[in-house]
Amino acid sequence: MISSIIFIVLLLGGGILFTINARKVRRNILLGKEINRKDNFPQRIKLMTLVSLGQRKMFERPIPAILHLFLYVAFVITQIELIEIICDGSLGSHRMFRPALGGFYTFMVSFIEILSVLAFIGTIAFLSRRNLLKVPRLVKNELNGWPKLDANLILLSEITLICFIFMMNGADEVLYSMHQSHALDLNDGSLGLAISSHLGPFLFGGMSEHSLHIIERVGWWGHIGMVLWFLNYLPYSKHFHILLAFPNVFYSNLNPKGKFTNMESVTNEVKAIFDPSFVPPVADPNIPMRFGAKEVTDLTWKQLLDSYTCTECGRCTSSCPANITGKLLSPRKIMMSTRDRLEEVGKNMDANKGIFKDDGKSLLGDYISAEELWACTSCNACVQECPVNIDPLSIIIDMRRFIVMEQSAAPSELNGMFTNIENNGAPWQFGQADRLNWKNE
Amino acid sequence: MIEKLDVITMAEYKAKGESPEILFWVGCAGSFDDRAKKITKAIVKILNHANVKFAVLGTEESCTGDPAKRAGNEFLFQMQAMNNITILNGYEVRKIVTGCPHCLNTLKNEYPSLGGNYEVIHHTELLQDLLNTGRIKIEGGSFKGKKITFHDPCYLGRANDVYEAPRSVMINLEAELMEMKRSRENGLCCGAGGAQMFKEAEKGNKEIYVERSEEALALNPDVIAVGCPFCNTMMTDGVKHFNKEDSVKVLDVAELIAQAKDL
Repeated sequence: MISSIIFIVLLLGGGILFTINARKVRRNILLGKEINRKDNFPQRIKLMTLVSLGQRKMFERPIPAILHLFLYVAFVITQIELIEIICDGSLGSHRMFRPALGGFYTFMVSFIEILSVLAFIGTIAFLSRRNLLKVPRLVKNELNGWPKLDANLILLSEITLICFIFMMNGADEVLYSMHQSHALDLNDGSLGLAISSHLGPFLFGGMSEHSLHIIERVGWWGHIGMVLWFLNYLPYSKHFHILLAFPNVFYSNLNPKGKFTNMESVTNEVKAIFDPSFVPPVADPNIPMRFGAKEVTDLTWKQLLDSYTCTECGRCTSSCPANITGKLLSPRKIMMSTRDRLEEVGKNMDANKGIFKDDGKSLLGDYISAEELWACTSCNACVQECPVNIDPLSIIIDMRRFIVMEQSAAPSELNGMFTNIENNGAPWQFGQADRLNWKNE
Repeated sequence: MIEKLDVITMAEYKAKGESPEILFWVGCAGSFDDRAKKITKAIVKILNHANVKFAVLGTEESCTGDPAKRAGNEFLFQMQAMNNITILNGYEVRKIVTGCPHCLNTLKNEYPSLGGNYEVIHHTELLQDLLNTGRIKIEGGSFKGKKITFHDPCYLGRANDVYEAPRSVMINLEAELMEMKRSRENGLCCGAGGAQMFKEAEKGNKEIYVERSEEALALNPDVIAVGCPFCNTMMTDGVKHFNKEDSVKVLDVAELIAQAKDL
């Protein structure tokens, strides 16, 4: 009875805390500007099914893809077991689905156990890739400090979670064989769990009934405890991708990758130049007018959602021609910096009754430097690589727009190129009248 | 030597009261860059050979605005776009072919919402069509048995998902086509895009064109084939960097076809 109350309080507390923090993330994302990504519903569903659910882009790199698949499938399927844990925890029962489901129950829990073993192998491999093998994209400078700790914390939490599952099931198997389990005894001698029916006796065989009950309970409470910890860790971590990968792919850019947005504010000005009778729509005076992006709030909500979805895998950076050749630009860092600044803006708002108080900082300059932005070749390799369709390039271009159109601070050679286009209609100093000379050369 | 090229401008067609099948958008590089002008001529020779009724804008053509847009100068881009659209719509242009993937991308994707709606294709797509319909025929030729590797231009490949057209055209050369490890969707940029062509590279430990040409040269090719005048410049510089300009040629797909046919 007491344990049921503790369980329900923990569950509700964990759920409420997560909701509060997730709503803050949502508020932060919606600080972004509007962009329509609600068209083509069927195509978006198809894309989400292929890319998020089906992990299609992950398989461009098969080894991490298979390891990741172990964790992913184990995570998804384990949620089924969670239903029983919630029922048992609230009602004080033990393995309440077993008598009714019979063989199907044994199959499901065994399936989860096998996936858990695969997930365990995957997690160990991921820890090794990060800390022993030092796969280049996983040890870049931008991961120093919190990002590295975050990655390892996630993996260690997963290992702990899996260990709790096997403590719970393993001890219960031994208890069941002693007819001492709290599960309904069907006089079949074993729960029949694929891994624990062997691992349990191996690890815990010969222990006293009292010790076994303690191990079983530690496993059970540890399991649900880890689930609640994980849930509440998500909003602070890159691991949020497990949830955001789905909406982020759903709201993908469906246009050809080469198509950049045409800024409507500029179109209005240009139209007015070409046609003096053109009357531009009246701008909302409450929205500060600015060309390009200096701050996270100048970006669209999708670009901000991208930043929260990024799990810092670095596929973008490892395929970036600028980064490969030692330039400062790292598309992953663009996303990390965007999120860092957005979270800072969010905290600022929390501390100031929901209104942002100028802190003298901005995304451009304090988080992302002009040197990073000017190293981009706009080749779209980062966009192509991202397994969850994040678009770092659009942020880079929006920030270039601010540098050029608001600060007039383009590199001098580019200013020369602009002047040539303005005067001669070509990026070089050749006259437009000479454009057909090649014909007679 | 002055070669005989049949090039008619849109204005000349209009004066005759006729209209061409297709507009050949030459682009700034194709008009002014000495190396790229050879590609332009190769395209014209093929079009002439296949009796394609095409026109150029000539002195009425102007930069599409691509480098300005990629560099963040949206205002200059839209000024260029509006000017070009006025001229293109004035001639009622419907179909455009271009040898420059940057022009292609801008004309095809970024002009429509500003009022310019055209069917825009890359010259390798036109070549593919001419071969498929039998308007040009190639059997072997001077590249038979040669080793050729194709460098995917970012603005043709990833930006617009055209990977097969250049390859299917080159199959007709009966050459040995080799793929670099990073090709198609995973192709590595030559380093010229995003207005980098017009500025020094940012500080790093290697030039991008060196990284890319190193990868191409590792295959020991006779020809590095390209489909973009800027990639051509970059890959040519890369081949020179490794002192391989005598043994490895950097050629546009159009030049390969024109040379194979001895045009």
